[in-house]
Amino acid sequence: MKDYLNATYGLKSWLLTRDHKRIALLYLASVTLFFFVGGAFAVMVRLELATPPADLMQPETYNKMFTMHGVAMVFFFLIPAIPAVLGNWLIPVMIGARDLAFPKLNLASWYIFMLGGLFTLWAMVTGGVDTGWTFYTPYSSAFSNTHVVTAALGIFIAGFASILTGLNFIVTIHRMRAPGMTWFRLPLFVWSHYATSLIMVLGTPVIAITILLVAAERAFGLGLFDPARGGDPVLFQHLFWFYSHPAVYIMVLPAMGVVSELVAAFSRKPVFGYAFVAFASLAIAVIGFLVWGHHMFVSSQSVYAAMIFSVLSFLVAVPSAVKVFNWTATLYRGSISYDTPMLYAFGFIGLFTIGGLTGLFLATLGIDVHVTDTYFIVAHFHYIMFGGTIMGYLGGLHYWWPKMTGRLYPEGWAKLGALTIFLGFNLTFFPQFVLGYLGMPRRYAAYPEEFQVLNVMSSAGATILGAGYLIPMIYFIWSLRYGRIAGPNPWGAVGLEWTTPSPPPTDNFEKTPIVTQPAYAYHLLERA
Amino acid sequence: MADAVASHHARHPALAHHFDDLGQQREAASLGMWVFLVTEVLFFGGLFLAYLVYRTWYPATFIEVSQHLDIFWGTTNTAVLITSSLTMALAVYAAETGDRRSLVFFLLATLTLGCVFLGIKALEYSHKFHEHLVPGAAFQWDGDHAERAALFMSLYFIMTGLHALHMIIGVGLMSVMTVLAWRGGFSPEYHVPVEVSGLYWHFVDIVWIFLFPLLYLISRH
Repeated sequence: MKDYLNATYGLKSWLLTRDHKRIALLYLASVTLFFFVGGAFAVMVRLELATPPADLMQPETYNKMFTMHGVAMVFFFLIPAIPAVLGNWLIPVMIGARDLAFPKLNLASWYIFMLGGLFTLWAMVTGGVDTGWTFYTPYSSAFSNTHVVTAALGIFIAGFASILTGLNFIVTIHRMRAPGMTWFRLPLFVWSHYATSLIMVLGTPVIAITILLVAAERAFGLGLFDPARGGDPVLFQHLFWFYSHPAVYIMVLPAMGVVSELVAAFSRKPVFGYAFVAFASLAIAVIGFLVWGHHMFVSSQSVYAAMIFSVLSFLVAVPSAVKVFNWTATLYRGSISYDTPMLYAFGFIGLFTIGGLTGLFLATLGIDVHVTDTYFIVAHFHYIMFGGTIMGYLGGLHYWWPKMTGRLYPEGWAKLGALTIFLGFNLTFFPQFVLGYLGMPRRYAAYPEEFQVLNVMSSAGATILGAGYLIPMIYFIWSLRYGRIAGPNPWGAVGLEWTTPSPPPTDNFEKTPIVTQPAYAYHLLERA
Repeated sequence: MADAVASHHARHPALAHHFDDLGQQREAASLGMWVFLVTEVLFFGGLFLAYLVYRTWYPATFIEVSQHLDIFWGTTNTAVLITSSLTMALAVYAAETGDRRSLVFFLLATLTLGCVFLGIKALEYSHKFHEHLVPGAAFQWDGDHAERAALFMSLYFIMTGLHALHMIIGVGLMSVMTVLAWRGGFSPEYHVPVEVSGLYWHFVDIVWIFLFPLLYLISRH
């Protein structure tokens, strides 16, 4: 039978495809590449920090390592990972459409992403960048002799891929839903991607213009962010965080969408309080735009502004907690099975809760002043961005892998991988909370000797984590050829994506589905 | 259901395979353009914010430098651009009524006015170059606070430059539309490309409506 994978053959049929499912797979290959690039830099960082002095590399080199780790991971892995791979593949299928609203634009966005990626990789191989992923002025203007303009252009270009993906999702969700697929029958994965798209569309242009101004400052000697010439470096921070704080929600909202699907499917119950979870996504997107000042509590911001940003930051915790409580309530009296995707969902809930609660520490003005620019911050945002996003991404990838490829992965190995990643992750990042609280600053190649034990624990954890990522990498590739045939619905799940063959035909469905049920109608399934 | 209905009729050649009918396709395209324009508002928004911050910090210098902008050419360009929005609106109307000759005429008029705007802008830029008002090594300022004056001129060139870039894209868009209209590619049922190009054109026009008073007019004496 013809499906989307064997409908046409040859490299050209992939590079010129307009099928959202194939484009998703192009993205899958690309973000995996960037994940390993970013991972390689992380290895260098953790190796250097295994011993107190700056002995493996010079501090200047170390600056480049953590910068390029951050740039590759944030802009080229975490932001595109779930939306561009899982969202791209699933949104049309979940709403019963034949494709996204603008298939050519979707392909174009992948090429734009790759062009941005090439610029950034070029900056990396020709000597690197040392400004920190935040590109703070004047580190990125007066005090850097590295390839800032090239890297900045890469991020600028890749931003447009993000904007176009968000635009495509918004229009698709508005205009392409199958008959009967009302807004409140949408899977929560789609709701969370809708909220994410709003952030992509509203936030990304601001970082684009900001980073363009930094590039202009370097290339043409303008003084917009240079205090010696009347400019204001803090203005850069405002503009930067206006995007980059909401960007955290670009990373974590889609993961929350994945977790909603997983929790429902593996406890065989509708998600508790569907409407609350859906609106919590929108609330996070909206409030997320009003909290950027909490990155600047020590950047000459007025006390009153800081207090308002502090209160607003506490407010974001409310919709986030709504989600966690509702997932937990969904589990209550469910028939829970511990398949690999569900292990990742549990991992997400645990890590996100720790990351979220430590976020409340940071929203508290007094504590924030104490831990600003320490490893406490590093640990906190890795728990959210890395723990949260990766758990969601891998959970989703495992859950929909049989749908995407038609093959099952080996369950035993997958459980081992999930466990290894969870343990490795906590061993890597939990000690960093302690380090930060004790006062170890971030972004230094050297540290006092009393911090070595905790740093060695962290580096050891990173090794386990690295090995953990290789396990799914290997068995996913293995499963493409040797995995058992999955069939259309290996999990016995509900949702339109499970009503079509695995892998689906190019047009997703043999005929346009008509939706008559709410999402997660597991209760109706059991009765029938 | 809907695609079953569609398959009974001949599909319109302009209807893409993943849409059920032209109405859905048209709504998708116009929503897409609106969402894109929202991102554009935020894109220029960052610049407007920077401008407002520095204008508030350095009002005296900003007022002084703004006198050096050419009010005659600025006003002329505003008139040119507003007229081009009129011809654009008439082009969309011509497309809706299926009047091919008027459509081509008004698209060409819009295109031409866009080029006139860009030409005048280039003239203004070259004057600024000769007056040593382009930020950089050759920048000369006789009054106090040369660096603040340079800041104003930097913002002037970035803001009008990005606007001009949008105009260039718009002119390209109009050229494509003119060729398609000439070949009879649009009809009262299908003219959504003209419509969304029009939205884009009007948006670029509106950006200028904000840029002109901010840069040329405020506190002019």
